[in-house]
Amino acid sequence: MKQKTIFISTLAVLALVFGGGVWYYNQVQTDKHKGQAAANLSILFRQDMPSKGNTNAKVRIVEFLDPGCETCARFHPLIEHLMNEYPGKLKVFIRYLPVHKGSDHMVKILEASRKQGKFWETLEMMFASQPEWASHTNPQPFKIWNYLGNVDGLDLEKLRRDINAPGIDQIIQRDFKDAAGLKVTKTPTFFVNGRPLPRFGYEPLHDLIAEELSNTH
Amino acid sequence: MTDQSLPPENSTEQERKASWMLLFFAWLIAVTSMLGSLFFSEVMGVTPCVLCWYQRIAMYPLVFILPMGMFPMDEKVAHFIIPLPILGGLVALYHVALTWGLIPENMQPCTQGIPCSETTIELLGFLTIPLMSLASFILIAGLLIRIIKRDS
Repeated sequence: MKQKTIFISTLAVLALVFGGGVWYYNQVQTDKHKGQAAANLSILFRQDMPSKGNTNAKVRIVEFLDPGCETCARFHPLIEHLMNEYPGKLKVFIRYLPVHKGSDHMVKILEASRKQGKFWETLEMMFASQPEWASHTNPQPFKIWNYLGNVDGLDLEKLRRDINAPGIDQIIQRDFKDAAGLKVTKTPTFFVNGRPLPRFGYEPLHDLIAEELSNTH
Repeated sequence: MTDQSLPPENSTEQERKASWMLLFFAWLIAVTSMLGSLFFSEVMGVTPCVLCWYQRIAMYPLVFILPMGMFPMDEKVAHFIIPLPILGGLVALYHVALTWGLIPENMQPCTQGIPCSETTIELLGFLTIPLMSLASFILIAGLLIRIIKRDS
């Protein structure tokens, strides 16, 4: 056999094996995830999580996020986009996985802002100002206070008092523990009615939501 | 002793073909290792630790540079590229020693929550990723050394 033929046919076989492997693995994982969804639900939904959307929505999305994570910031408008695409049909819940340095301070601010009903506005301000305070080499979480004044109606004095409320640390610990139980190690991680995404990205999230919508309506 | 029935050009042609096959097998091991490691990290979502990255740095260039010595055939490629499998093999050896507990945990250089001493994948009960990597580097280095010895 000619050397070139050997080389090229080997390449073709390897490409086929790799592609087949990817397809087969994803197939197996999807089946496994379907089976796990029910077991996930009890860990995914805890009392008193920040949420928005229709209370009676049949498709419930849980997002594990880190206020200091760049991809979370970039993904956030897409969640908004999905809520607008399916008005009244989705409800989004937030869980914390503050793995970046300084992110625990952000979670304290977010939890304190909830007491004033300003959670989503504060989260958006954090994401918008993220490059200023969340540098990986030199995070300066306290710089966020320069931006919190721009959140309409947020009482900074009250916020300063509320960030040290005793319950917040427990919430962070609980979310870390639940993330470990669900094998969530990256942010953002999404679950749609308890099912994890087959792979990360907007398209997989959109497809899983569409699938769950057709399953439940 | 020389074989009178074979003209000299013919025997060198034979040797070149044999060397080509050695290069081909070295490339085959490298490309299989690359695709395997990409499958683990990109498809199965196993995050590579620091030592894995150093081994990848030594393995992936083989996949692209070896074919440059196969088309057209040039044995010198073995001479140029031999440092990669040797260095990669040393890193893999260190990594295997870590996973077997031969080197104490506090000496390992990994941070950011992915300890190199942790074993995430074990095939057939003993075949870990660093062990497969070590085997690949040893085989590739062996094949290349045969070509270098034959050439000189």
